[in-house]
Amino acid sequence: MATVVSRTVIPGFGLTLGFSVFYLSLLFLLPVAGLLIFTLQMSWADFWQAISHPQVVASYKLSFLASFAGATINAVFGSLTAWVLVRYRFPGKKVVDALVDLPFALPTAVAGIALVTLYSTTGWVGQYLQIWNIRIAYSEIGVIIALTYIGLPFVVRTVQPVLADFEKELEEASASLGASRWTTVRRVILPALLPALLTGYALAFARALGEYGSVIFISGNLPYRTEITPLLIVAKAEQYDYQGAAAIGVVMLVAAFLLLLLINGLQWWTNKRNGGAA
Amino acid sequence: MTDVSDAIPAKPLQKATTEPRWVRYSLISIVLLFLSLFLLLPLSVVLYGAFEAGLKVWWQAVTEPDAVAAIKLTLFVLVIVVPLNAIFGVAIAWAVAKFEFRGKTLLVSIIDMPFAISPVVVGLIFVIFFGSHGWLGPWLQQHDIKIIFAVPGIVIVILFGTLPFVARELIPLMQQQGKDEEEASLTLGASGWKTFWYVTLPNIKWGLIYGVVLCNARAMGEFGAVAVVSGRIRGETNTMPLHIEVLYNEYMFTAAFAVSSLLTGLALVTIVVKSYVEYKDERKHKTA
Repeated sequence: MATVVSRTVIPGFGLTLGFSVFYLSLLFLLPVAGLLIFTLQMSWADFWQAISHPQVVASYKLSFLASFAGATINAVFGSLTAWVLVRYRFPGKKVVDALVDLPFALPTAVAGIALVTLYSTTGWVGQYLQIWNIRIAYSEIGVIIALTYIGLPFVVRTVQPVLADFEKELEEASASLGASRWTTVRRVILPALLPALLTGYALAFARALGEYGSVIFISGNLPYRTEITPLLIVAKAEQYDYQGAAAIGVVMLVAAFLLLLLINGLQWWTNKRNGGAA
Repeated sequence: MTDVSDAIPAKPLQKATTEPRWVRYSLISIVLLFLSLFLLLPLSVVLYGAFEAGLKVWWQAVTEPDAVAAIKLTLFVLVIVVPLNAIFGVAIAWAVAKFEFRGKTLLVSIIDMPFAISPVVVGLIFVIFFGSHGWLGPWLQQHDIKIIFAVPGIVIVILFGTLPFVARELIPLMQQQGKDEEEASLTLGASGWKTFWYVTLPNIKWGLIYGVVLCNARAMGEFGAVAVVSGRIRGETNTMPLHIEVLYNEYMFTAAFAVSSLLTGLALVTIVVKSYVEYKDERKHKTA
């Protein structure tokens, strides 16, 4: 009886759900469906040619590998950052913690021109690397730097809360059973962090794969070498080759969708793990 | 056997659950170095580039007509986008947090989609949707309505790109708060609107503020999607990020950094608001 009353007492179900679904359909589902239908009108041969042109394939390779490299760097330094922020005390920690969100908040175009200015051969960092003959701006490394920057907050922000909730008793138990500190970190703490770490990794990877603004300045966009896939979509759209652009867009959409499925699965795993531990 | 019982008490537990001092200091140093390289340096280079030539040059760069037009357009977009996405965020969070229904998980996953889709694909989707090949294209042409390469297109792609932010902040918050307080208010005779206004809204205030600030920052900074639909008509369809790109490509670096410094200031405000909201949240948890 009580549950029936509590279910009916709150108003606005029809209004809020109706509005949400209407808004999402109009702004999201309908236009996405439009892209898919537009692509379906292409012949298979045209579609295949558009998505398998050597220049496009070269861009998939760069986008995929550089996103992978960026996400991997973030997995290592991101977990380390989360560890230091949760476990240690040092002056200015609050500021450092807040700054981690900068790549979320700073517009990508601003990040893009900042990074290329830093790493060009006359830049603050680039001029010193120049001495060692290391070129970052207008090379693949530049793309990796930009994608590392853009994915930086994800691993930190997924690992941080799990680490903060981690029960110290488990570490104490491990230590009192004779495990060295390193063994405890490796065998007790790391496995508990793994789902969150993988979620952050996948989020950083997904973000990097679609990133445009922060990359295009530092990459220099050399054909077959430093062109990322989103850049080719913009280039084709600017030449009014909408079919070519749409075909590549569908490939990216499918990749994004698969990654989202993976991330949802990982998040479900993280919640299950943490729910079980608490 | 004697070895084990001797070894363990000799090592205090406090020491056993932390790292030696040199490990702690090296880890802190590595992290600070990494973050300086990736966060502090880009931030500094923007501010240095903007103010290197003095305040007067900076002021000239941000008050030059094309820059002013870009700032005005960006603000115009914000006035439409932020309230709409805030209303959507509150509505969907209300539906998801207060009711059980079929397809809820699917609905929540759909909200995440704009996060995963590349901004340039978002732009492309709308170019095709409203373009001359799309469904609406011919009708729009007949009635002489311009959406692509015009302001409405920019508004729509930014609306799409910043769709999730308020919703993503509010859904977990409202789910965690449950519906007891609203039920109490309603059984005591308050109307639905009154309950929302006096019970729900004060509870979600800080989450809503952060969602709005983040939505605002992302709306001002949206680049990839706008780059596809804007057509980059100077003084007409250039938002601030596009204007920065134009300036940079014309080697007007000081001006590019000057306009960037405005957006950087906004990013810093966003971060401060976030920290403040989290601080509030923490204090509430401690007193509760």
